[in-house]
Parts: sequence; structure tokens; C-alpha cells
Amino acid sequence: MIINKAGRELPDKIGNYIVKPYQGPWDVEPCNKPVYSNRKPSVTPRTGSKVVKTLKEAVLASGLRDGMTISFHHCFREGDQIIGQVLTAIRELGIKNLKFAPSAVVNIKEPSLVDFVRDGTITSIEASGIRGELGDSVMKGLMDVPVILRPHGARPRAIEAGELSIDVAFIGASAADEYGNATGQIGPNACGSLGYSFIDATTADKVVIVTDYLVDFPCVPVSISQQYVDIVAVVDKIGDSAKIGAGAARMTRNPRDLLIAERSAALIAASRLFRNGFSFQTGAGAISIACTNYLARRMEEKDIKASFALGGMTANIVDMYRKGQVRVLECSQSFDSVAARAMAEETNIIEIDNALYSNPHSKGSLLDKLNFGVLGALEVDTDFNINILTGSGGEMLGGLGGGPDVAAGANISILTIPIVRGRTPSVVKNVFTLCTPGETIAAVVTEAGIALNPKHKYYDELKEDLEKTNLKIVTIEKLRQIAESMTGVPKPIECTDKVVCIVEYRDGTVIDVIRQIKQ
Amino acid sequence: MQIIKPAIAGTTESSDVQIMVSPNNGNGIEINLNSIVKAQFGDSILETVKEVLEAFDVKDAIIQIQDKGAFDWVIRARMQAALCRGSETPFDWKQVE
Amino acid sequence: MERKVTLKRTSLYVSCANPANMNQAVFYNEDCLVYDLEDSVPPAEKDAARLLAYHTVRYHRPEGKYVLIRVNGIYSEFFEDDLEAAVRARPDALRIPKVESAAEVRMVSEKIGKIETAAGIEVGSTELWCNIESYLGVLRAEEIAKADPRVVALALGAEDFTASMKATRTKKGIEILYARNAILLACRNAGIDALDAVFSDINDEEGLREDTMLAKNLGFDGKTVVHPCQIDIVNSYFTPSEKEIRYALRVLAVVEEGRKMNKGAVTLDGSMIDKPMELRARTTLAQAAAAGIKIGGLGSDNK
Repeated sequence: MIINKAGRELPDKIGNYIVKPYQGPWDVEPCNKPVYSNRKPSVTPRTGSKVVKTLKEAVLASGLRDGMTISFHHCFREGDQIIGQVLTAIRELGIKNLKFAPSAVVNIKEPSLVDFVRDGTITSIEASGIRGELGDSVMKGLMDVPVILRPHGARPRAIEAGELSIDVAFIGASAADEYGNATGQIGPNACGSLGYSFIDATTADKVVIVTDYLVDFPCVPVSISQQYVDIVAVVDKIGDSAKIGAGAARMTRNPRDLLIAERSAALIAASRLFRNGFSFQTGAGAISIACTNYLARRMEEKDIKASFALGGMTANIVDMYRKGQVRVLECSQSFDSVAARAMAEETNIIEIDNALYSNPHSKGSLLDKLNFGVLGALEVDTDFNINILTGSGGEMLGGLGGGPDVAAGANISILTIPIVRGRTPSVVKNVFTLCTPGETIAAVVTEAGIALNPKHKYYDELKEDLEKTNLKIVTIEKLRQIAESMTGVPKPIECTDKVVCIVEYRDGTVIDVIRQIKQ
Repeated sequence: MQIIKPAIAGTTESSDVQIMVSPNNGNGIEINLNSIVKAQFGDSILETVKEVLEAFDVKDAIIQIQDKGAFDWVIRARMQAALCRGSETPFDWKQVE
Repeated sequence: MERKVTLKRTSLYVSCANPANMNQAVFYNEDCLVYDLEDSVPPAEKDAARLLAYHTVRYHRPEGKYVLIRVNGIYSEFFEDDLEAAVRARPDALRIPKVESAAEVRMVSEKIGKIETAAGIEVGSTELWCNIESYLGVLRAEEIAKADPRVVALALGAEDFTASMKATRTKKGIEILYARNAILLACRNAGIDALDAVFSDINDEEGLREDTMLAKNLGFDGKTVVHPCQIDIVNSYFTPSEKEIRYALRVLAVVEEGRKMNKGAVTLDGSMIDKPMELRARTTLAQAAAAGIKIGGLGSDNK
């Protein structure tokens, strides 16, 4: 057993997986080899069209065989209908033992992903989170090979380092032409930025574009270029546009969330980094959207403009752009239809590669330039470590997303979290699963007060800046006591020794493992 | 205290608990717990319920609990209310500290 | 006993039939939290609500807030049990609906005293806020305000008051203007706090601001709010101006000097500074502190 730098106990080997224990947020050197890719020079068909009429044809044409690795992106979120259709076609062709490597969390209900695991179509998974029935089944020990979970930035890093090798990438696009130029910015089921699929397009052996909207050649805008695409599969429907991201989310009316959001905006505005040219990332949760709105108000009051906003975009951030409050929106994901379509309409709202956003082992990710990042989580402990994967009852509830990346990259990372959720305390002694290390978290904002992390590199400055306000600063231990005095102490979850999930950090080291829940 | 009729206290709203008590025809205490936080707090909830039963000297009752994550003192208060309703005796505030 | 400064800029009602709201209410920025057993609790739930209020206030009351329990009406079937439970819960004060005479106040005070004695609580430590909700209450506000040392505030209940007057409740509030002033006169005369009525349209921020501005200008010490979204706005209107803060500082300076020199009475700008004025000065500084204003070089957060 090893104890890593975050204090978690890890086996040194899990099956064939050699554990490299976590050593610190910025301590690991990139691998010293040219970037790995499965892409080979190829000759394209002279027919001038790569279109096939069915997914089965596409799968056959891709040469997919037992034991290979397939990938998808998550840009259609809860409205995705591609993954289910493709896996069904694969199953019907009798292909088995595949490694399923989507770019993030998936929670597909119909057909349920669990079924593809149970029937042997899929035997290993690498993602950023797995929710729903599949997640719960994995927690109970469904899979023989542990699931590997990585934050967003670690996926392109792992692919370029040769740790994850994609054979066939199935890339959903809301519009494409017959030669494979594709985008998510136009079409009836537009999802916006396809940034999470760029690494797959350029490094997979075979790339299949799946679309329900064929446009005249050449398709513009071009998110994925024809030179990376082997096959274009046209289906009836790639997604449910209502679930992909309907209209702009209305600001929450929950007074608790508004309180936390207001405090977070106040914290940002009090910081000395809040000045012309600052940058921020807020995200899509209820608290995040409210925080963005309050921040916009403060920017207006102080006549401060941001140089860029980063990450997932929402309608209200697009509004800020249109009002001239933010110069550039660097968009890795679009959370609603307003944000999705705005890219095609506005010059400085640009689609970015997820790798550009968050890969720690590149010549520079945009996170390096980020001043403020607002995060959410399920739990935080008194060392400021964060859990964004597992709930207090041992359920798989979340996904790593870009949380660990934003925390490490931003000057000031702010965790917004209600102190309790129902009878579940959010501030605890030790998080059940450690996803983001405490030293990368600068502040925790709850309705019961704000705690600053004395071990964070910006602690002294932030403390000084906040002392000039009337924001209630308390210790993280006090927050834990408040939570516990309300809920009582929950019984710890009992696990067996079997590791069901390996939680990797940005650099490929293991920051924690999840063990099977005892029945 | 004798439970002489079925009675309910509380609701199934979030953070509340609904407790139904009814007579058990001399078969002692039977507790049926449904809780959204059963794994984490099931034991604690049962302990609180049993404490209240003892304090009220109830030896015979069926207790059905639908818990939606109520805090401990809410469970205690609802339990007391249900027992008073089920025994048709008002809570004696003069005995309280 | 020595009356300490307690801010009453905002008081929030929370229903004791709703544990979720009771849990949340402790975190907002209201100065006073009123656990309600009256209007927000249906008759069939009064017994359960009483138990919930007791457990919450007795054993889990929020830090840093002034805590009250609003009992049911004096003549209701619930009143006696409410008093037993509420006093024993040891809140800062009880809030009594529809008070109409000094005799009622004295009667309630006596009952509370008996319960305090039985429960081993310091007699007289439970304060009283009287809700004035009818024309009789307004007519007798003067005697009610002075009826008993426990009484530390009168609060206007505008909905019931306008009903008793056969008037129509409006946002501009001309129909309650006299009642507001009557209560203020009574409170100033008795040296206690006056609380303005609820502004019930939670979606009308502009209307809330106008109503609160009026309350502040009339002289109210605070306002009852009906939803957390109103709290920060109302608090902001009861933030003293620089002028008011400077005056308060001067008042306390002469009081302090007078103490050092053992003077019986002190004056400032030719006026006598009495105990209520000293208390008002302390309250002003407390309001300033609560709003984040740093005294000694007026700080960053002036609104």
C-alpha cells in the first residue's frame, strides 16, 4: 500500500494498472516523447462522398473489431441519442470487449449503458464520470476492470502520452457535409462547441461523423475538418434538442443559492485581481449562473471589463459579451441554445479545443491565464479537498469535469457549496473520494460563511483584500461544526478491498481510488 | 402512554419526516423505517425514535416512518406529536425544562 | 434591567410547519428571526408546530440573531399551551398578535412570569413585541407601549389593520399612514422600537424600496419581511448616513466624558442627552457596523 501526497491509501498495482501516486498539483513532468496518435495518412475515396446510410454500415466501414477502443463526446449532454444508437449497432454486429472512452460523464437511460456492460459489448471504461444505473452498478462491483476517471484536461494529455489510444471515434455533429466537414454550431440540434472531440478527430485511427443534418459542401463553420474524417453516417435524429440545452436557464429564485452566489461575486470583486482585463470561469450550475449575474452588476458599477471568459458558456455570459463587458468568450462547451448559436454569430465568441482549455502538459492552456474560477462539489473536507464524484450514501453522483483543472489553473479558485444538502453535510472531516486536492482551492463559500485556505498560495493577499469588506470569514473547521451540528455525524460507508474506480489527477497520477460498496 | 388510535404527524416534504403511529394489539413495538438517508442515519433515527418511546413509556405501537432527511430534533418533535395524537393526550409542557 | 442594543432592521417570519424553511432561515442576514405558530400554521398542526418550535429554539437556536416565537392570539384555544412551550424554549422575545390594551399586556406578562419561575428562568428576561393589527390597537398604542418593562417593540400588522378599518390595502400605503405614525409616537414616547409592516409583493423590488424608504424616513427602526429575498434590500435602508454616524459618535463621546467626570446629565449642542438618546446612538453605530462601515475613517462600503 502507498499513501499518496493527498493522504490517500492506494494499492501499488490494480490488475495491470501500475499506480503512480499523486505527488502535488504541479510536480509531474510531461512525458518526453513525441505526441502519440493513431491517425495514419490515408487515401480518400474518389466518389467524393463519405456518406453511409446506416450506423451498421459505418461501424463495419470503420473496421471496428473486438477489444478496440471507441470514443464519443458529451456535448449533447442529457439530450444525446448518438451513443445509444451506435452501441446498439455495434451490439447487433456482435462486436465485443470494447473500451468505452467518452470525453466526460454519460447518463444515458434509453438504452441503458449498463446493458452493454452486462452483455459484454463494453468491458472497460475511461471517462470523467459515470452516473445513473451504470454508475451505481459499477460501485457495486459490476466491472472486472476498474473504471478510470480523469478530469477534462487529463484526457488529451493521456491520449498524447499514449496512455489512452482511440481506435474509432464517433463524433456527433449537428451539421456536416458529405466529405466530413462538421460542426455543432448550426443545424436543428445544434449543441455549440465540439471542443471535446477535437483530440479524438486528430488522433483516432478512424473517425466517424454522425449527423442528422447534411448540408451542401463545403460546410461552414468548420469545427472538425474533412481531412480528419473517414466516414459520415446520416441518421434520423442525433439528439433531443430540448434536453441538449433549451433556452437560457432562468436565474434561480432559491434564496440560499442566491446568497452563496452574491457572496462569491462579492469575494471576486474585493480581490485586487478584479481589475480591467481580468478573466473568469463560472460554469452552468444554478449558483454559477447567479454568481455571473451578480458579477456583471459589479463590473458595471466599477466600470471593469474582462479580457476573457472561459469554459462552458451560458446565455447570460453571451449577454455580457454583447454589452461589451467581456472581450472574448473562449468556449469549450455551450450549455444552452443561445450560447450554442452565438458562436456562429459573433466574432469573438470562439470554439476552443478542450486541450487548449485545460491540458496541463501543453505549451500553454488558457487556464494558465485564468484569474477566477468558480466551482461546485458534493463535499469538501477540512483540508479543502473536494469530492465531485460520490455521494454520502456511496452513490456515483457526479463527474470530475474540469474542476481539478480549473482549481489548479486559476489564481483564485472558489468553491460554492451549500453547507448541508437535506441531511447530508457538505463540509466533512474527510471526503469520501478525493478528486481535487485542497491546496488548489483558495476559498469555500457557503451560506454559513466563507473559509479561506491558509495553504493556498494566494491566501495572504485574499485575506487582506477581504478584511476590507464585511464578508463573514470563518475557519473551515467552524463550517464543519455547523454542518455537523445540524445533520449529526453520518455513518461511514463501508467498502470492500476491490477497487472499482481509479481517480486520476490532471497529470495521470492517482489521487484516489473508489472501492466497491459493501452490500 | 397507550396508543389508542392511528395518528400521523409531519409531512413527506424535503427535510421533514412523516411518522404514523398505531396500536399494536399487545404485540410490542414494531418500527418500519423508510429514509432517503437510511445508510447514513438509519441507526441514529431508530435510536431517537426508541428514546422518545421510552420517555413516553409506550410499550405497544406500530411506528411507520417516511423520512426525507429530517434533522434529529425534527424527528424527535414529530415523534412526540404523533404519540400525543395517537394517545389523545396533550403534551404536558409543565414537565418540560 | 439594562437594555442592550439589538438591531431590528429586519425580522423574518418562518413557519413552524415547515422544517425545511426553518433550517434555511438561520443563514440569511435578517437581524431577527420569528418562529411562527400563528398565521402560517394550520389549526390541525398547532400542536406539532409548537413542539418543533420548542426543540429548535431551545436546543438549536441560531447564533448572532435575535430570536422570537410568535404565539397564537390571546383569546385563542392555543394561547396557554403556546405560552408554556414558547417561554420554556427561552427565545429573546415572544411576539403577541393583535394586542389591543395595556391590560392584555400586563396579563400576558404575568403569565410569562409564572412560567419563568416554574422553569427556573430569570423572571423578566423574556421580552415582548406587540403586534398592532386593529384600530383599537392603534388607538391604544400609547398605553400598550408603556404597559410593561418587557415590551421592547411595537410592530404594525397592516393587512389585519386595514381589514379592521374596512380600508383597502395599497402599495403606497396612505391607508396605514396614521397607524404608522401613531405607533411611532407611542414607541418614541416609551423609548422602545417601532417596526413597520410587511410589503407583501415579493416580486416588486421597486415597490419594496419605496415602502422601506418611507418607513425609514418616518422613523421606523426596522421592518418585518416576508421572504428572504427582501432582507438585504431592507437592511440597506437602515444603514445610517455619515451625518448620523458622526452625530452618534459625538453623543457617545459626551456621555463617556460625563461618566468620567461623574456628571449627572450631559448636553450636546444645547440639548439634554438622556438614556434613550444614548441607546439610539449605540444603535446607530451597531447598524453601521452591521453594514460593514468601518468607523474611524469611514470605510469602503458606504451605500
